[in-house]
Amino acid sequence: MILIAVVSLGAIGFVGAGILYLASKKFEVYEDPRIAQVQEILPAANCGGCGYPGCGGFAAACVKADSLDGFLCPVGGADVMSQVATILGKEVVAAVPMVAVVRCNGTCSSRPRNNQYDGIKSCTIASNLYGGESACTNGCLGYGDCVVSCAFDAISINPTTGIAEVDEAKCTSCGACVKACPKAIIELRKKGPKSRRIFVSCINKDKGAAAKKACANACIGCSLCKKQCEFDAITIENNVAYIDYNKCRLCRKCVAVCPTGAIHELNFPPRKEKVVEAKVVETSETENK
Amino acid sequence: MENNLYVSPSPHIHGGDSVSKNMYGVLIALLPALLVSLYFFGLGALIVIVTSVVACAAFEFIIQKYLMKQKASLCDGSAVLTGLLLAFNLPSNLPIWIILIGALAAIGIGKMSFGGLGNNIFNPALVGRVFLLISFPAQMTTWPTPGVFPMTYTDAQTGATVLTAMKEGATTLPSYADMLLGNMGGSLGEVGAIALLLGFAFMLWRKIITWHIPVSILATVAVFAGIMHLVDPVAYVDPCVQLLSGGLLLGAIFMATDYVTSPMTHGGMIVYGIGIGILTVVIRLFGAYPEGMSFAILIMNAFTPLINSYMKPKLFGDK
Amino acid sequence: MLKTFRIGGIHPPENKLSAGKQITGLALPTQVIIPLGQHIGAPAQALVKKGDIVKVGTPIAKAGGFVSANIHASVSGKVAKVDNVLDASGYKRMAIYIDVVGDEWEETIDRSETLIKECTLAPKEIVDKIAACGIVGLGGATFPTQVKLMPPPGTKAELIIINAVECEPYLTSDHALMLEKAEEILVGVTILMQSVSVSKAVIGVENNKKDAIEKLTSLAKQYAGIEIMPLKVQYPQGGEKQLIDAVIRKQVKSGGLPISTGAVVQNVGTAFAVYEAVQKNKPLFERVVTVTGKAVSNTCNLLVRVGTPIRYLIEAAGGIPENTGKIIGGGPMMGKALITADVPVTKGSSGILLMTKEESVRKPMSNCIRCAKCVSACPMGLNPTHLMNLTEFAEWDGAEKNHIADCIECGSCSFTCPANRPLLDQIRFGKGKVMGIIRARKS
Repeated sequence: MILIAVVSLGAIGFVGAGILYLASKKFEVYEDPRIAQVQEILPAANCGGCGYPGCGGFAAACVKADSLDGFLCPVGGADVMSQVATILGKEVVAAVPMVAVVRCNGTCSSRPRNNQYDGIKSCTIASNLYGGESACTNGCLGYGDCVVSCAFDAISINPTTGIAEVDEAKCTSCGACVKACPKAIIELRKKGPKSRRIFVSCINKDKGAAAKKACANACIGCSLCKKQCEFDAITIENNVAYIDYNKCRLCRKCVAVCPTGAIHELNFPPRKEKVVEAKVVETSETENK
Repeated sequence: MENNLYVSPSPHIHGGDSVSKNMYGVLIALLPALLVSLYFFGLGALIVIVTSVVACAAFEFIIQKYLMKQKASLCDGSAVLTGLLLAFNLPSNLPIWIILIGALAAIGIGKMSFGGLGNNIFNPALVGRVFLLISFPAQMTTWPTPGVFPMTYTDAQTGATVLTAMKEGATTLPSYADMLLGNMGGSLGEVGAIALLLGFAFMLWRKIITWHIPVSILATVAVFAGIMHLVDPVAYVDPCVQLLSGGLLLGAIFMATDYVTSPMTHGGMIVYGIGIGILTVVIRLFGAYPEGMSFAILIMNAFTPLINSYMKPKLFGDK
Repeated sequence: MLKTFRIGGIHPPENKLSAGKQITGLALPTQVIIPLGQHIGAPAQALVKKGDIVKVGTPIAKAGGFVSANIHASVSGKVAKVDNVLDASGYKRMAIYIDVVGDEWEETIDRSETLIKECTLAPKEIVDKIAACGIVGLGGATFPTQVKLMPPPGTKAELIIINAVECEPYLTSDHALMLEKAEEILVGVTILMQSVSVSKAVIGVENNKKDAIEKLTSLAKQYAGIEIMPLKVQYPQGGEKQLIDAVIRKQVKSGGLPISTGAVVQNVGTAFAVYEAVQKNKPLFERVVTVTGKAVSNTCNLLVRVGTPIRYLIEAAGGIPENTGKIIGGGPMMGKALITADVPVTKGSSGILLMTKEESVRKPMSNCIRCAKCVSACPMGLNPTHLMNLTEFAEWDGAEKNHIADCIECGSCSFTCPANRPLLDQIRFGKGKVMGIIRARKS
């Protein structure tokens, strides 16, 4: 009795295995083994920050491409890219480390709220409806679409300011938050030497008076910073200043002259050592290039 | 004054309907059947109902508060409803400890493990009932005989239900009048046909449910059982007995119409109802168990997502 | 048995507080702000600059494309500036500010009250005149009227349907207009019939406006081809597709144009504006606006110049009540919540609704219990709760397959939901997203 069961089940199993084997041979799709190798190295975050659908897509594109120019895994950074380059026998293309920057500093106190939003707590849905809870229609809404989009827990809404904040240690510059922000407030900027960077923390396009009325910390497009800049790094368009991070030498003169405090400096030592620091920065900048 | 106006997307008014209104509406609809059960099963019915309702509410509160760390949503009345429906599906002489296990299965396994109200796949009360039916078949299938406000509980005199009697080949059945009023053995809430129909009418009037599910179930059972009766009148009883016996009315009106586990479109509801009807009759006539309603509903619950994805609402412009 | 549309629908409390109130004029404000984008389509292009002197009816902006409309000065005076204004969209957009001086009208406008029934213009001339006068759909959608009167090739208009349904709760501006300007409306309808060369028109009126139905019916005997059809009170009957279904029992196919059923739908207010434009040479620069709300002391129907800040209207209605929580431009189902009372009246403003604080706040939402009440309520035969789930998880393909683009944003789903789920918030967002994807695919 038992024997019959064992034999018949064994036979079924054997035949099934044979069919599976034949099918796998017949329908096999050739895949470059290097794709799997590359994928092994990649961080497997599948964040899409590289512009490809997940790490697999990126690996396939790397293998297919002639040179690695323009390919960057923002999560793994230069480290991972150099490993990828070794596997593929291609040249490493140095990449500049970037970081996400929230360009709004209209805190709850500087930008008084004049209405209350009572819909789904989503920036995209709120911004489809109207400009926001303050008189500034360009500022951060603070409902956290960027927070949801971040796969690395690097962005959060500061409860006292009501504005998104980036934890630069965790930020991998994948760009998910840039896409998620309906107000286009978040920008990827060069991380800068020792993480030092200067940027205009405002994107409002209203004229000076209106902007100032809506938010005490708004950029009013006054051009003082532009006049101060020796490196031609600042442009003013639509009543708002923008600092080109490739031209900026981090001298911080613009920060000092801004009447509304809209230009922010990050990770600089206190002001006293300004001159010395500026030099150090300049040299390291040239080294980088 | 204008500062701090509220801003939200349209619509700016709400109809005032709420989850708790619907749940309490169903509870009100269950009242006539509750009174019938108290009349015929007396003290036992009262103990079973109170135990089941309190246990279900307590389990929901404890699980939400301490396991899921959510705000407890007891006030919406859904746990109380589950408790009452579970009690309605139990014999009135069931010991308290078994009821507690049933309540835990209903709330813990049937509802909370899926994420609470709205996320469960199966009707929680039926999960509890079937859990008990399989675990304690003896206690779950001895039904007290009805009396007039009997003051007995586990010591009640027991007898067979219509369906078990038929399964065992009995020939004498209660009269139609007894079946309509509820003067027969059975789970405590399923006996009073008229009381259950009153509840149905109330829910239709309050627009809590639509007619589609109950009517399609009852019609299917009547037609299917009717055909079987015509084929062999000796082996299969007439469809009226099928309709009035067992948990058919209770199931069709109160259990199968559970919002969460039934299809969303009217077409889907009819398919679902026909499925339940056929399965019930098949289990009753050809299966090992005398009663098939609970199993039929649970099986069709599992098909609900599938029905939902095939039975789409009729799109504007397709006419 | 009165007719209505055949799928879904709800019946919100009507609250027509200002019904039966006469239309009264509103004193001119000191300054009007006329937005350049107050219709669907491309914004108009300004023709005037700071310092220009304008009269009532002077063109101040010309249509910025095929689907666009001219804009005329609603007051006489001096252009103060062309600048941004926070309008009903909740964003700052361009507008022309005019300081009011006197009330001098263009000479071409016939200001007499005499009714002119005769119209001998050819269809093309009528459409041109309507376009020149900047007439848009006054029901709220503000679609340029002349575009609707030029059916695309391959389609043919068979009848005109006049939307006098006013299914939004609270609003009564169309009702008031029908009572006071019934003859003018009927002449306007005749002109509309002439413009698309049809011999039949149906005016659909909901049965809660019995006096208007009576009045129109008795007068319509003098006008050939116009039928007044009382309809069962049901929201959203004022939706174009729903009204066509209710009146001629034809449903516009998913993705199709209403004209495919042979019906051209125009609002009753538009018919009146057409009469004034064609017979009196009067461009569209004023309209009837209902000011209403449970706490408003003097609910009213006002004849208001376009560009008047709504603060003036509210003051005429007795001022902003103490516990106002929300100001809505339009009705409670589809209107937009406004941030301030400085928003100007536009061609599409049919009403201003002031809600008390208690009415304004949404109740907290809970889990979906799949009761399918939204499915029964949806007038387009969609499954709102399923669509909400799909958009929450960014399943755009699935949302498109489930016809999210057919949503008319009537809000019946959110209104009925017992769990207070903001279905329409999410679906509207998803619809926008899916429409964008569809457009990108086509181009």
